[in-house]
Amino acid sequence: MEKFEVIIVGAGLAGLSAAYTLAQNGIEAVVVERGDYPGAKNATGGRLYLNPVKKYLPDLWPALLEEKALERPVAVELLTMIAPETSTTLRFRSGEFATPPYHSFTVLRGVLDRWLAKKAQEKGALLVTKNRVEELIRENGKVIGVVAGGEELGAETVIACDGVLSFVAEKAGGRTPGLPRNYAVGFKEVIELPSRRIEERFALGENEGAANLFLGSLTKGRFGGGFLYTNRSSISLGMVLRIQDLMDVHPLQEAPRFLDDFKARPEIAPLLAGGETVEYSAHVLPEAGFGGLIRPFADGLLVAGDAAGFSLNVGLTVRGMEFAIASGVLAARAFRQAREKRDFSASSLSVYQKFLEESFVWQDLKTFQHAPRFLDNPRLFDHYPQLVGEIFQSLFHIGEDPKQRLFATVKGKVGWGEAWAVLKDLRGGFKI
Amino acid sequence: MSDNSNLKTKLGKNVFKPVKEPHIRIRPGLEKDPRLQAAIYACPAGLYTLNSQGTVQLEIDGCLECGTCRIVCGTEVLEWNYPAGGTGVQFRFG
Repeated sequence: MEKFEVIIVGAGLAGLSAAYTLAQNGIEAVVVERGDYPGAKNATGGRLYLNPVKKYLPDLWPALLEEKALERPVAVELLTMIAPETSTTLRFRSGEFATPPYHSFTVLRGVLDRWLAKKAQEKGALLVTKNRVEELIRENGKVIGVVAGGEELGAETVIACDGVLSFVAEKAGGRTPGLPRNYAVGFKEVIELPSRRIEERFALGENEGAANLFLGSLTKGRFGGGFLYTNRSSISLGMVLRIQDLMDVHPLQEAPRFLDDFKARPEIAPLLAGGETVEYSAHVLPEAGFGGLIRPFADGLLVAGDAAGFSLNVGLTVRGMEFAIASGVLAARAFRQAREKRDFSASSLSVYQKFLEESFVWQDLKTFQHAPRFLDNPRLFDHYPQLVGEIFQSLFHIGEDPKQRLFATVKGKVGWGEAWAVLKDLRGGFKI
Repeated sequence: MSDNSNLKTKLGKNVFKPVKEPHIRIRPGLEKDPRLQAAIYACPAGLYTLNSQGTVQLEIDGCLECGTCRIVCGTEVLEWNYPAGGTGVQFRFG
């Protein structure tokens, strides 16, 4: 069987970051990807925060920006609370976010993953596309290779970057098929619009981007929300819903209808007018946070990115891609260290765990370990967006009768019982 | 399912390369398993539908390979794999 030093399963951000780092260090790495090209099976909301990952791939800056691997820098952050009859939007603009070195960028994975693959190949990494990894090859419990497209490929170490379902980690016995309460499904449309029109509709400067999160009745009491990201000449509009809630929150409704209803909202429809949907994609996301992590190493095996559960939803920010990039790089570094000792056992590769714990990957997941429990509160997704709408409605409203004082107006909406309930919910929030 | 012409149009925009054999199968005898009913609501491509005999059927064309149904139904109910390399959906934007 053909042998390589490292086989990486999956040409996503984790796999390609690992391949780049290995190749840069003169280590022979092959990436096996089942899609026609890197990114063909990948989807994001999405947006990439730059600061966390800069130091992991330092020499890819500034090419990442110059070569247009990313879409638009997010200058405007919008948070919209949706109720059946009202919506309340907070619009935040930051001069710092709008200027170099920039804070975050909107992303299309079909563009970014191909770019990163090219960079890894330029460093000497091998890329095999259109090949699905079917089996792991093991000897005395140690992973020694994979079967891909019917062919056996051997390696000192396999790095599993095969995404949220990670069949590789599952076959190695490192994880079991996931439970519906620990995962959400995201689905989105990419809608093409001329770039000038995007800038006009979102009141953006040239090449500036906006990111809009939506909470409230659009999920009909389910954990989740909507998102809108402006790309160069398209808009990504989609939703994320917890899988468990799609299964058992009544009245039951088919997932695609949530997005259709969302698209038809008066807040959204005018933003998309004249645009053409060019793609509809979907992907599962890990939502369990720190509590859902697995042991990301075994004899001859490292696990990175979504495959290891590295994803974090804190409500206002939803992150996965930075974790994928950083953990891919750290897996490569762990391999390099193990290689010096010629020892690829679990105990030797466990240095990966140490690297992770020293990085933002593990630390952010740990810091925000209570976030899933705080967010697991139907009031956040239903009651509060409605309440905020009611408060503003009554503040803005002028009727026939003399208007009440403003404080009395608010107090009419938020009585003692409600105030007490808000405090109780906030207490959970303080743990975040 | 009510009106799904919207969905069909959207799925029609995707690039699909024909899958030689279905990569997801309902295991024989489990067509009435309640977990399959839930997939009707959870699948973002609307590929699970109730037929006139009251059993759930799966239409694999249009599959986005997202993994939702595997998590909903579990591997006791579904024989679930990704399609062979170089087949299935190929996202251009993602």
